[in-house]
Amino acid sequence: MASEVSILGRLQESDPGRERPKRPSIVQVESPALSTRNVNARYGSFLALRNVSMSAPLGEITAIIGPSGCGKSTLLRSLNRINDLIPSFTLEGEVMVGDQNVYDSGVDVASLRRRVGMLFQRPAPFPMSIYDNVVYSLRLDGRQSKAVLDETVERCLQQTALWDEVKDRLKAAATGLSGGQQQRLCLARTLAAGSDIILMDEPCAALDPISTLRIEELMRELCGTVTIIIVTHNLQQAARVSDYTAFMLMGEGRAGELVELGRTDEMFADPVDKRTEDYITGRFG
Amino acid sequence: MTQLAVGTPGFRNRPALRRRRAKSAVLVGLLIAAVVVAVGVLAWVLVYVAIQGVGALNLGFLTQTPPGNPAAAGGGFYNGIVGSLIIVGIAALIGIPLGIGAAIYLVEYGRGRLADTIRFFNDVLIGVPTIVTGAFIYAIWVTRFGFSGFAGSLALAIVMLPLVTRTTEEMLRLVPNELREGSLALGATRSQTVMRVCIPTALPGIITGAMLAVARAMGETAPLLLTALGNDLFTEYNPAKRMSTLSLQIFDNAVTGFQEGQGRAWAGALTLIAIVLIFTFVARFFGRRVRTSNA
Repeated sequence: MASEVSILGRLQESDPGRERPKRPSIVQVESPALSTRNVNARYGSFLALRNVSMSAPLGEITAIIGPSGCGKSTLLRSLNRINDLIPSFTLEGEVMVGDQNVYDSGVDVASLRRRVGMLFQRPAPFPMSIYDNVVYSLRLDGRQSKAVLDETVERCLQQTALWDEVKDRLKAAATGLSGGQQQRLCLARTLAAGSDIILMDEPCAALDPISTLRIEELMRELCGTVTIIIVTHNLQQAARVSDYTAFMLMGEGRAGELVELGRTDEMFADPVDKRTEDYITGRFG
Repeated sequence: MTQLAVGTPGFRNRPALRRRRAKSAVLVGLLIAAVVVAVGVLAWVLVYVAIQGVGALNLGFLTQTPPGNPAAAGGGFYNGIVGSLIIVGIAALIGIPLGIGAAIYLVEYGRGRLADTIRFFNDVLIGVPTIVTGAFIYAIWVTRFGFSGFAGSLALAIVMLPLVTRTTEEMLRLVPNELREGSLALGATRSQTVMRVCIPTALPGIITGAMLAVARAMGETAPLLLTALGNDLFTEYNPAKRMSTLSLQIFDNAVTGFQEGQGRAWAGALTLIAIVLIFTFVARFFGRRVRTSNA
């Protein structure tokens, strides 16, 4: 999939002392799981995202990196329309899941969010049992047979490597789990909802290094069956875990812009844009 | 460069440090004094009421109506206990759901000026003297339909409503936003999120708030003078008729000046406190049960 790149990237400004790049700065993949076209996002009159066109390849992990305040989270939270909760938020442009613009008027936001699940910075299991947390989304549709629920709980907890740790206390309160377990439970909950695209907003920021590695392992295991887009402040994490990396930066008027998007190995080894290079070598940000 | 040594002297007994410690000790002392006074007064009231009330409190007190002559010994507040439970019960059925509903609207849906206006008037309503509430119900209800337990319930519902709204609102605001977003991100609607996540999370606090409102209503006397009026001739179970309550009977018997009457008033006060305590314990117990079975 990565080889089928179409050249839509904008032209690199001539930069003296640098050879002409062999790749576009923004790679667009064909038939991405999710993509945005010319997205401008505003909080009131403040432009938070300017003209962001990115795509996330199917079944792969895309990391969004960039300094604080560059619009990473805004972009991520636009993708499943969770930012609709903020009254002043408006968006122009298109966010496409498959061939459907999720901002079309006829879109059912609840079904969209089931397909495009989300993991937050602070793990937030509901104050219910582990079992009830996993099947939360199933019960939203009404009563379900116990067999279906049981099967879902086991499958999703297996997928998130939590089953062996909690199978004897499924009825225990989920808030009693450790932070890392809670985050994996939240992931299981999202998988149970049937999400095949999962947005992660710094999912390891509140976790210790070992829990972080477990989440990263899970991400590697899950990719292929699900598409993951992860916002992270941790460049090593982006390098370790992602197939593609998007680099964002505050542009004019503090509006977030997409600077570069490409294969993670290529981008970290040989960034196209000078600003990307500065950022990943630690010269700013 | 000065040489570092283990156990460098001089970090003890510096005058500045002594002053800071003294200030700290004074502040802690003041806080302890405040706690002792606050808890002490409360304990004093409870113990005093218990001592005064326990003398007249017996099975007869809980099963009989007051004697016709307030100077006579014996008799009890059974009709008042029944009246209090019925009137406050109906008031709770009206006031608590409305208050919780209003709070849900304010926190989960309310935005902009309308919500701010509602919140403002709710705060004003908390401060309205309850005799005014009683007079209001007297004017719009009693003048048309006469004195009744139900009129008393209406007045008490108005007393409870802003309290329930305020406490529920505060409890719902304590629900972390992550939980709401987590629920919405799983494809829940707003109302599903409120009913399945926000309310259960805030439930113990909501119950505490509702019980405070019930306790407040149990003790209210002024609005009932103008609505339920009181009836010590026999035990009335029909809230469409005038009814007595514990608070009215405490008032009536305390102002008689007869020792027997005052004894009944003390016993009534003790009964009132006991009822409120029992309610609070039961509500807490069930609140915890609901939460853990859900949890």
